[in-house]
Amino acid sequence: MTERYVMSIDQGTTSTRCILFDHGGRLVSVAQREHRQHFPKPGWVEHDPLEIWRNLERIAPEALAQAGATADQVVAVGIANQRETTVLWDRLTGVPVGRAIVWQDTRTAALVDELARAPGAAAVPGRSGLPLATYFSAPRVRWRLDHTPGLRERAERGEVLFGTMESWLIWNLSGGVDGGVHVTDVTNASRTLLMDLRTLAWDDDLLAFFGVPRAMLPEIRSSSETYGTARKVFPGVRIGAALGDQQAALFGQTCFAPGETKCTYGTGAFLLMNTGTAPVRSANGLLTTVGYKIGDEPAVYALEGSIAITGALVQWFRDGLGLITTAPEIETLARAVDDNGGCYIVPAFSGLFAPHWRGEARGVIVGLTSYITKHHLARAVLEATGWQTREVVDAMNRDSGLGLRELKADGGMTSDNLLMQIVADVLNVPVARPMVVETVSLGAAYAAGLAVGYWAGLEGLRRNWHRAARWVPAMDPGRRAAEYDNWRRAVERTFGWIRAEDGDPADR
Amino acid sequence: MPGPVQSIERAAAILRLLAASQGRLGAGEIAGSLGLARGTAHGILRTLERVGFVERDDGSGKYQLGAALLHLGTSYLDVNELRSRAINWADALASRSGEAVRIGTLLEGRVLVVHHVFRPDDTLQAMDVGTLLPLHATALGKALLAHDANAAASIRDTVLEPYCRRTITEPRALARAATRVRESGWAAEVEELSIGEAGIAAPIRGHGGLVVGAIGISGAVERVCDASRVPEPRLVAFVRDAARAVSRDLGGSRW
Repeated sequence: MTERYVMSIDQGTTSTRCILFDHGGRLVSVAQREHRQHFPKPGWVEHDPLEIWRNLERIAPEALAQAGATADQVVAVGIANQRETTVLWDRLTGVPVGRAIVWQDTRTAALVDELARAPGAAAVPGRSGLPLATYFSAPRVRWRLDHTPGLRERAERGEVLFGTMESWLIWNLSGGVDGGVHVTDVTNASRTLLMDLRTLAWDDDLLAFFGVPRAMLPEIRSSSETYGTARKVFPGVRIGAALGDQQAALFGQTCFAPGETKCTYGTGAFLLMNTGTAPVRSANGLLTTVGYKIGDEPAVYALEGSIAITGALVQWFRDGLGLITTAPEIETLARAVDDNGGCYIVPAFSGLFAPHWRGEARGVIVGLTSYITKHHLARAVLEATGWQTREVVDAMNRDSGLGLRELKADGGMTSDNLLMQIVADVLNVPVARPMVVETVSLGAAYAAGLAVGYWAGLEGLRRNWHRAARWVPAMDPGRRAAEYDNWRRAVERTFGWIRAEDGDPADR
Repeated sequence: MPGPVQSIERAAAILRLLAASQGRLGAGEIAGSLGLARGTAHGILRTLERVGFVERDDGSGKYQLGAALLHLGTSYLDVNELRSRAINWADALASRSGEAVRIGTLLEGRVLVVHHVFRPDDTLQAMDVGTLLPLHATALGKALLAHDANAAASIRDTVLEPYCRRTITEPRALARAATRVRESGWAAEVEELSIGEAGIAAPIRGHGGLVVGAIGISGAVERVCDASRVPEPRLVAFVRDAARAVSRDLGGSRW
């Protein structure tokens, strides 16, 4: 019998990847291509949606060829995507309106301040589950409409479409101008500020508040169902899943029961806890979001703690300071010493996300003495990821009333053994790495495979999950408490650095 | 003591000349500058091109320094980098084979375990990254030994400690085993380090084909080997595929 596979597309912030998985959830082949990061002005970050589409057209056949497979051996394709990145395009020509505005982009800061003072602002978090912030899609759509002459009228006539990356790719895969399907899934829609978290539908009050015409919005579908059949790239293959990348990782880690928690360590880190079929409101700076929705089953919600800078701090150590030549060398450097020598780095490069949400904070290195070497700094870099994780876990335990018992970690930084040990030490719970680190891709593949019956159900997927490594806490409780106290004092020193009257230098 | 090798001196002079030149140089210019016969210069240049130390421009036929030369001083591969690049393939190997996976590099005549993936049965297992294993009694060690002259030299004069009845303790037998590994492309251990345990390993190659580590599986001898104590061909294929995949990612695919 011919082997059959599921193809997963991970459209990420820096690259697009195609990964082929087999029935055991094992990675069979990988093809990847980076796309250009455009920084037209300070605080602006853009991607070219056409470049990303062309990259997909290129790497998909590569992934198939590597596995010696053909498109007819692919039962379904699933998409996981960078969230909140906003694409507008012309329905008639398929040409994007400007470049995609990326989730890191802060051009909407002034607009968001203005919106925060407008009537109706107070109702936004309750309805959408999200704070009113530049991070999410709606202000970006509004900004594009405000800054492109004639665009709003065209959007109202339905000639201009909005979507996050999965919408853009599904529309193109399913035919583009020639009958492309314009859909999004509940997880991506839950990051726009435009969806009612309970009804899972676009909300008229939110649409009116942000000034976004309904005619340009995609149809909201579940995360796991056949949206359509690909006519390009994988002709004839069913498009069976779409999830925001972090929700895909939650799914790939098989966190199907309330309380199960994963953390994906990449450029930033994203901790998501499954909270079951009712949304949990956070009193501690976490986001309420849709975790996943399988076909007609009830949606499963999650609490999310986002940390802006984790791996990016290592990249800065490499590219900004030039103290290492590759990211994994940070471990080599840090292992040369036994502790941080009293030095702490708080990477509030563009403010702090959860649980603080302090946009005006800026990074600090504290505790510098002549004793400190690059080795101590390397250690402080890794510890910063550990303590930021701890802060989010504390908030999550308070909000959910569930105490974290084990953290399922994934993402590129899990190859750093010292970091994983530090995380286990500061959380005082074991940290487990699953056998497939590429949980974002795996989650999209799982959801797509479920939609077409390649996998029977969640329990079967759970049996595919295996522990590849596990780190157990080995830190003296007294030292843990003292270090956490030092970390919190270091964090306090980042607050209030950008003063309202000078504004951010990046905005001037 | 033998005298200096003339062709190596000439090759060095050619490399210095190319390093000092502003653009590319033709074979004739090089021969002229160094007072060599054209045929001699040409022969040396072709050899240097083969090993990647010079590159010949297809259009002009002229030469410049090759990329391999630039990598020469930086061919060292950080072990944490190796783990990071190999992690996906090590996971897939554990998943396919059902056995624990380790990646080892050479450290002072021993195998340093730089990566460890648990056997995928969710039983309690301890991480043994950082552990040192003997070269002569492990599949990982033999895979490294066979492809690294320094490794072979490092244990030439040491006593090969017997761990089990089947441990290879005779240096000449070990050399023969290394030759077999070079010929077949993989190494095995069958109850040589501990009773009841067997392992299979293959070398990981980096830039220029240099062996930078080895990846292997280990587990109960009755699972890893057939009834006649020969490693299962299916598992050998998995290990070799994983080693090739990591090597390809490290730029060692040509070898």
